[in-house]
Amino acid sequence: MTGEVPLKILVIDENPIRRAILDAGLKDAGFTDITLMGDTKGLLERIYAVDPDVIIIDLQNPSRDVLEQMFQVSRIVRRPIAMFVDQSDRATIEKAIDAGVSAYIVDGLKRERVRAILDMTISRFGAFERLRAELEETKSALKERKLIEKAKGILMKNRGLDEAAAYALLRRTAMSKGKRIGDIAESLVSAIDLLES
Amino acid sequence: MMTTDFSPIGTGARVPLRIGFIPLADAAALIVAVDKGFAHAQGLDVELVREISWSNVRDRLNIGQFDAAHLLAPVAIASSLGLGHVRVPILAPFNLGLNGNAITVTTALHAALLCEAHGDLADPRVSAAALARVVAARKRKGRDPLTFGMTFPYSTHNYQLRFWMASGGVDPDEDIRLVVLPPPYMVESIANGHVDAFCVGAPWNSVAVDLGIAYILHFVSEILERAAEKVLAVRSDWAERHPELLARLIKAHAAAAAYVEDSTNRAEVCRILAAPNRLAVPAEVIRRTLDGRLKVSPSGDLRASERYLLIGREGAARPDPVQAAWLYAQMIRWGQAPMSRDLLEAALGVFRPDIYDHILGAASGRGAAAPRDGIGAFAGPPFDPRDIPGHLAPWRIKRAAI
Repeated sequence: MTGEVPLKILVIDENPIRRAILDAGLKDAGFTDITLMGDTKGLLERIYAVDPDVIIIDLQNPSRDVLEQMFQVSRIVRRPIAMFVDQSDRATIEKAIDAGVSAYIVDGLKRERVRAILDMTISRFGAFERLRAELEETKSALKERKLIEKAKGILMKNRGLDEAAAYALLRRTAMSKGKRIGDIAESLVSAIDLLES
Repeated sequence: MMTTDFSPIGTGARVPLRIGFIPLADAAALIVAVDKGFAHAQGLDVELVREISWSNVRDRLNIGQFDAAHLLAPVAIASSLGLGHVRVPILAPFNLGLNGNAITVTTALHAALLCEAHGDLADPRVSAAALARVVAARKRKGRDPLTFGMTFPYSTHNYQLRFWMASGGVDPDEDIRLVVLPPPYMVESIANGHVDAFCVGAPWNSVAVDLGIAYILHFVSEILERAAEKVLAVRSDWAERHPELLARLIKAHAAAAAYVEDSTNRAEVCRILAAPNRLAVPAEVIRRTLDGRLKVSPSGDLRASERYLLIGREGAARPDPVQAAWLYAQMIRWGQAPMSRDLLEAALGVFRPDIYDHILGAASGRGAAAPRDGIGAFAGPPFDPRDIPGHLAPWRIKRAAI
């Protein structure tokens, strides 16, 4: 960043956790002028007020279409803004879209100055996606464990089995039907729910 | 996504395709093609991906994450011409819908227009002139300009709004504020006063009217009798590599469009479209759109039109290059594109009636009820695709130097 005016970066992301992760990453990389935006009310006016050099927006944000208006003859935003990735940068656009993010820069900005920002953004978005997937997995594992506990309880009550025998019965049934033990537990619990409702 | 063309229909594995769409009523032919089994019958295994923005649909089609997409007709042209974005040639071999948008105004703006109307507000000449007087009065009083919302810079909505208001003397870039607004935010924006009017597709106009906060001022078919709205878009290189898949896709869509237009299937079509992973709005609201009978005022007045939304009937599915030329002419008029013979040819080449005819047999054309020039604008001379300067010359309000 030495000798050059610091780049003004605007991050538009409705997810507060990812916003914070990105903010920290950009600061670690030496960028200081960062504006974070969660909601997108009056977006164009606010962009005009911030006057950013680089805009980063998540792909799940419908306001991406609003940014496209900045390419147009517009009285609100006077500075032409072009998408960072052009014909020669196909690999980058693919990586960015895979990670779930898009970036726009002020026309005329040197590519090497924004390269670091985009690479960092893509890797943080990717890391966030993996984190979320892991969290989902943990959640569903927890849910499955609860279902198995419940199914064991039902078998113990209705068949007079002890806990180990109830679990063995569930496991045997799962194996003979070629299903997962969690699926068998879920069927049993929902069947009992139906019968008792 | 890798696809091969070698799976004969009815045997072996079906060919997987991934197709993007935006939850709107004019995705009906695509959604019904998939959910009613027409694509399956053609040996295709289509995964429909619901998207949140036109930018996403365009980008995911362009980089190959989608094999095909439900796309704004002007985006297919802009992408092929490299306007505002990376140039990726797109083909539109099947038209998913003509018309279907409406212009909706707040109750306050509706009242102001009524006061200034010299005649029936349902006549776009009357409403455009009334708008010009409302705009002038606001200017005299030093009030903020009116704000109009539309869905995308390269959208039929944008051009329809501009064509209508400019004909009455309102400059869409100088006299009002015309802003892009994602369709799911339209109703909220009218409710909290961020916009005074919007032009959007179904079902959002009806949702605003049902809330008692807005009037539908015009069906866009009152502005232009025929306007290409959404197309089934594929990349040119994909079409070249997969002619057999393209043929199956078009056949599936033709069967689906015919199914949608058969009114005996209406309840089933509305049920399919209403699903949570499709449009996720009540079937009854979708039904109004397909019937072309809409509640236009909070008190329940109805307006019906044979031309409200055309999916397949009257030759609507056959791509019409005149439509491409008209859209390109609007891009020139509003400063989005320069005028050139090459760009016109490229725009015309996006709409491919030849592919449509080759696959489905010689088509019958536009149908008897269609306007002679294929457009049927409420103002100005008939449109001649070979004379775009002649189309632009009579208009005083424009960004082009013609």
